[in-house]
Amino acid sequence: MSHYAWLMPALPFAAALVGLLVSRHLPGGPAVPAVGGTALALVVALAVLVDVERAPSVVHQTARSWTPIGGVQLAVGTRMDGLAAVTAVMVAVVALLVQVYSTAYMAGDPRYSTYAAEVSLFTSAMLVVVVASDLFELLIGWEVMGLCSYLLIGHYWQTEGARAAAVKAFVTTRVGDTGFLFGIFVLGVGAGSFEIGRVVGHPSAMGHTAVTAAALLLLAGVVGKSAQFPLHVWLPDAMAGPTPISALIHAATMVAAGVYVVARLYPVYLAAPTALTVLGVIACITMLGAALAALVEDDLKRVLAWSTVSQLAYMSAGLAVGGWTAGVYHLLTHAAFKALLFLAAGSVVRSLGTNLMSEMGGLRHRLPTTFVTALVGGAALAGIPPFGGAFSKDGVLEAARERGGALGTAVFVVGLVTVLVTAAYVTRLVLRTFFGAYRGSLDGVSAEAHESPSVMTVPLVVLATASVLLGAPVLPHSYGVARWLDAPLGTRPLHLSVAGGVVTAALAVLGAAAVVVLHRRRPADDPAAVLGRVAVPLANAFYVDAVYDRILVRPVHAIANALRVVDGRGIDSVVTGVGAGTSAFGAVLRRAQNGNVQAYASGLVIVVLAIVVSVSLAVAQ
Amino acid sequence: MHLSIALAVSALLFGVGVYGLLARSNAVAVLMAVELMLNAANLDLVAFDAWWRDTMHAGQVFALFVVVVAAAEVGVGLAIVLAVFRLCETAAIDEVRALADRDPVLSSAAEAEA
Repeated sequence: MSHYAWLMPALPFAAALVGLLVSRHLPGGPAVPAVGGTALALVVALAVLVDVERAPSVVHQTARSWTPIGGVQLAVGTRMDGLAAVTAVMVAVVALLVQVYSTAYMAGDPRYSTYAAEVSLFTSAMLVVVVASDLFELLIGWEVMGLCSYLLIGHYWQTEGARAAAVKAFVTTRVGDTGFLFGIFVLGVGAGSFEIGRVVGHPSAMGHTAVTAAALLLLAGVVGKSAQFPLHVWLPDAMAGPTPISALIHAATMVAAGVYVVARLYPVYLAAPTALTVLGVIACITMLGAALAALVEDDLKRVLAWSTVSQLAYMSAGLAVGGWTAGVYHLLTHAAFKALLFLAAGSVVRSLGTNLMSEMGGLRHRLPTTFVTALVGGAALAGIPPFGGAFSKDGVLEAARERGGALGTAVFVVGLVTVLVTAAYVTRLVLRTFFGAYRGSLDGVSAEAHESPSVMTVPLVVLATASVLLGAPVLPHSYGVARWLDAPLGTRPLHLSVAGGVVTAALAVLGAAAVVVLHRRRPADDPAAVLGRVAVPLANAFYVDAVYDRILVRPVHAIANALRVVDGRGIDSVVTGVGAGTSAFGAVLRRAQNGNVQAYASGLVIVVLAIVVSVSLAVAQ
Repeated sequence: MHLSIALAVSALLFGVGVYGLLARSNAVAVLMAVELMLNAANLDLVAFDAWWRDTMHAGQVFALFVVVVAAAEVGVGLAIVLAVFRLCETAAIDEVRALADRDPVLSSAAEAEA
């Protein structure tokens, strides 16, 4: 079955084409190809997973030459190992749930058919990244994802904010993608092939400098796509898109792609310890910074966006300290609980019509299913056992502790602090949204606010179940997820200790309890208000956007304006000047065209005489 | 008779023809001026024929050709003059200016639109 892995990206792609071209003529409308294509992709993904897990250590590879014209050889094909098979299932599951959820969430949207086709294309591109056997094939999926994120974030393009957010996401990730492209060049030239199997085969053979350069260049793309510092700025703004898209981008596609590529090319990173150190430092900064920004954010979706940035940093940190299995495991658990949280947020936003938590409150009776599932997602995010997120996060921290050294210690300490902050902001989110009294200005809205239709709540329940079940594989004795994933040689196996688990759980409970106490004291107020003036830099996300605006955006705008003036007044005036000059010269010449035949004849005679005279003079000399 | 006398008369005839062509406004007079120029050329042809004592008398033959062609030309020319006179009710060629670039403002505006 794994020879048919190419069907996974092909089916959603076909669904996207059908949805764009002929969906209006289909019975059932654009939802049929969108849901159907993704569902078929999930079936294929599950079959491939079963096939791959039958022999976990075997790589199922198919490839056919793509450019058989000498020079660089490129191939298209699929390369299925445990990591790819598990990730593909994760992508397909989340994408399918998002498509199902969207049929209700986007009902009545005039551009739903375009939206559904773009989601299918997005899924297809992510699956290309997952199954690709060649670096350039991977790059194609990678870039198509960039395009799809632009289109979907800008879905509400009639609003200024959505347009700006779409451009910001595209440009910011593009900055990193430039490095990614050159990283592929270095890697392919160094290994003599762009085939992933050969690149990861003996990465140290291509020389230390080349490997380090390639790993660092690829890291630029990873940092952009996975929204790590310093290219994290696009993700919170991406909330301008429809909420199911946030679930898709934050859980299954786009941001997961960055971490996935590092995991996929991990032998290259193992050969380049410098790159891993850089990744670890970036992860430490991002992890805590994003969590602190989430602590004071009032927009429900932006809190979740910051938490994605922070959680992705956990994955990066896990990979940076050699905890490959723990990092990938966290990728999977995060996909489940973050998709869950975003879809729950979508349910809340749909019923209230606002993103701001200061206008929510007391929704647990109105939206019971949403409330319960969000609680599960929140607990998984905060790291409360037995939900999946707790074990994967413990795995990352345990790997950091085992690695030791400056980097390991830094990741461990920052990770523990972030556990505390994470629990605090999750608790704040849940309390501000579902508990207390309704604070919105429109009383009627709260009275009318009711639970979402079952098309939307069923995906929530499925994801909540997945969040719980993903905790199960770590139960003794199997560490099943680790066996499925088939970690590369030289990485730390997933290791969990009871003591570590107790410490992180205690920290999480401590953070949550502090917020609960603050909330009990003054239920109507924001628990983050206790931070006072400290909250100002946090609410501005440490002024990173302002700094970028000052040192990048404004100079670039100034240069662009200057160029526009040079182009308009300089280059264009030369072009129009040539035309105007010719016209003016012609206007002078046309005066001779007066219609008097005798005048023409006079000119003829004068010129003939002039020629005769001058020739005579020349002959006479 | 010396050749120069014939050439001088011929040049004089041609000059009168040019003057008539350029200065007269009546179309019939202009046609007559053209005839003068043609006959100036004929005079030259005949004079050189005699001067060179050409046994083939090519100059005289050419002069006959020119006379024939000129007759045909006048036939056509007078027909055109009649047609112009019917159309414009004048035979003054400096008043027949239908081919002039008459309206530069309009035509340049049309260019700008295109």
